[in-house]
Amino acid sequence: MALADIRQRPGVLLTAAILLHVILISAQVNSASGLPVLQVVTFGSFAEVQRGTMAVVNGVGDLWAGYIGLQGVHEENDALKQELRALQVRLQQERAEAQRTDNLRQLLELRERANLDTTAAEVIAAAASPEFRTVTIDKGTGEGLKADMAVISPAGVVGRVILPSGRASKVQLLIDRNAAAGALIERTRVQGVVEGFGDGSLRLAYVPGTADVRPGDLVVTSGIDGIYPKGFVIGTIDHVDRGNGGYHVITVRPAVDFTRLEEVLVVRAPASREVPEGDS
Amino acid sequence: MKIAAAAAAILAALALQTTLAGLVIRGTAAIDLVLIVVVYLALKSGPVTGLVAGTVAGLIQDSLSNPILGIGGLAKTMVGFLAGVLATQFILTGPLPRFVLLVLATFLHAGIFIGLYVLLDLRQFPDPVPAVIGQALGNGFVGVVGFQLVEWLPGFVDRRRAGRFLKR
Repeated sequence: MALADIRQRPGVLLTAAILLHVILISAQVNSASGLPVLQVVTFGSFAEVQRGTMAVVNGVGDLWAGYIGLQGVHEENDALKQELRALQVRLQQERAEAQRTDNLRQLLELRERANLDTTAAEVIAAAASPEFRTVTIDKGTGEGLKADMAVISPAGVVGRVILPSGRASKVQLLIDRNAAAGALIERTRVQGVVEGFGDGSLRLAYVPGTADVRPGDLVVTSGIDGIYPKGFVIGTIDHVDRGNGGYHVITVRPAVDFTRLEEVLVVRAPASREVPEGDS
Repeated sequence: MKIAAAAAAILAALALQTTLAGLVIRGTAAIDLVLIVVVYLALKSGPVTGLVAGTVAGLIQDSLSNPILGIGGLAKTMVGFLAGVLATQFILTGPLPRFVLLVLATFLHAGIFIGLYVLLDLRQFPDPVPAVIGQALGNGFVGVVGFQLVEWLPGFVDRRRAGRFLKR
């Protein structure tokens, strides 16, 4: 009866026969790795099943995480954007603070190097009129500032105090049309007077036409004016022309960027000794 | 009775096959008598008989000559089953259909047999196609003649007996 049933199901019989043969062959044959083929085939088959299962699970997980689980993400996104904006502002503040710290460090280094009695001050305002190149600093007579005190920065000479008040002072920049300072060319020690030209550049006047002057020469304070300590950088010679009156017409590019002045040092008393050349 | 006849046919084919072992084409037997018998049994009795005959005959043949038991068995099992299925679906009584069936059976058998050996890296069969074609033609020719003989012989004997009886 059972035999008759099996004969009615040739497909089952064929499957059984194939399996029987596969098992029989596998029992005798090793794969290239030395493991029984049956084990390798079984493991490989189930590994594929596992891979497929994992792919389905991952797909469902991705679907959930990518779509269904995104409810409420809009609000979170808005909050994060707001936080990002706040952080960007904070970053700007931190960056400005770092820059300010760097400026102050340079100022401190200058003070130590120059060995002068100085007062650090912060630029709090620019000139009210474009005809006058002045700035206002946050230190005045209360801190011992007086008129004609030199104002310097790490880059070089800035100007002089022209109007001190109790808690602030007006500083005439060296580039002002009415500003001047005793100067000399560092390379040749030829002396002259640096004058403001009003357009942001300087002129080095009263340099004889016979003097050796070249573009690129460094111009420093000579100290003869009694305001600016000797040896501080004013700028570099940009252009030299032979004038008609026996003097060179020399254009000097200022060392200080007057558009970016933030912190300066006010020299309260000239140094007792000269600042070493090349150290300024 | 039928099972005994089938077993006898298989055993006879095996015995004959061993004696024809010297008849080879490019390393492959020119005729596979066991395969012919399996196909014949499948034609006559259907897929299940073809399957069982293929399994038994293939395993015996494997045990006698092949290093791996089961590869020839699997090939002949498949051939026996499919030949039986074809016999139930088509009329395969004429010489030509049977010739085609034997040729196809030989190709299928060779495909499984050689394929498994190569797949399992057990043996190489360089350029097997000419040998397989030769064996397919040989199986087809011998099988068709053999089938005709087997089917014609009982009737011939009966007619001879009846003729003698009438002469008396």
